[in-house]
Amino acid sequence: MTLTAIIFAGILTYFTRMTMIALISRDMLGDKIKAVLEYVPSAVFPAIIFPGIFINDFGTFIEMNDPKIFGALVAVIVGYFSKNIIATISAGLVSYWFLIFFVFS
Amino acid sequence: MLTKKQLFTRGMLDISPHMLSVIPFGIICGAIGVELGFHPYLVYAMSFIIFGGASQIVFLQLLSGGASSLVAVASVGIINSRHLLYGAVLSEYLEKLSFIKKLLISYVVVDQGFAESNKFFKKNRSEEFLHYHLIGTGCTMWVCWQIATLSGIVLGSFVPEELGLKFAIPLTFIAIVVQDLKKLDHVIVMITCGLSSLLFFDAPFKSYIIISPIIALFVAALLLRLKK
Repeated sequence: MTLTAIIFAGILTYFTRMTMIALISRDMLGDKIKAVLEYVPSAVFPAIIFPGIFINDFGTFIEMNDPKIFGALVAVIVGYFSKNIIATISAGLVSYWFLIFFVFS
Repeated sequence: MLTKKQLFTRGMLDISPHMLSVIPFGIICGAIGVELGFHPYLVYAMSFIIFGGASQIVFLQLLSGGASSLVAVASVGIINSRHLLYGAVLSEYLEKLSFIKKLLISYVVVDQGFAESNKFFKKNRSEEFLHYHLIGTGCTMWVCWQIATLSGIVLGSFVPEELGLKFAIPLTFIAIVVQDLKKLDHVIVMITCGLSSLLFFDAPFKSYIIISPIIALFVAALLLRLKK
């Protein structure tokens, strides 16, 4: 039963990936739409970033002094200047760990 | 002109830093599935059949929480509907491929792969075998995701929960968009999306994940108008 649901979820997911790649041709998208699509990364990823920072595992807002906010800020600053993915992720994690293990504990 | 192999390797290299967050997250996903009481084979089957990070956890959490299969399947579909936007962006670069190749390559389109390949495509439009970069990012992600979720399933949550490694996921996406903070229009679009995602977080079926990008793209369209 669960496997059937997984298969349906998989087919659905595959369709989300395939539809626009396989069924849309260049001419179907006008220049205006293409210009808007330039913003897709900026328009999509914050919907993963913001809840990942500001909403906890129980679906409620975190406190304004939550270490995740600080960790994210450090990651933004380090990422902006270093242009390095590993530096960005590690800086965010390390500053977050520093706060939860040494400051808040 | 780069060869297919060079492009594939370049794709692998471009996405590999993200594995720093993807691998711990995969381990957590696998471990959670087993902890929730699902059969290990089913938990692994998801990584192969759905191959969609957070949507896999949501799916199992909904089912174990007593939601119907229909709700769980619909939620996965909605969470993953953001791929439609990735596809729309990528279609421009993949249009020369045969239909079969398009069908095959679609399976490995993932968030980080899209982000890195799209950055590469923009700078290297003239390359003939561009899609090999996308295959490189996608396959790297696929292999790491399979290994990571499998390890989580077999070994359990050997990554200590106190480390809060789920936090690595927002960080990986910060690394992707952070350079666009230099552009005011992108900043406005990002803030619109981020605030909308918090505002609509409780919308049914996790639909905030597609509602907020749509709102943000509308704002982007308005900004483009103002620029002219």
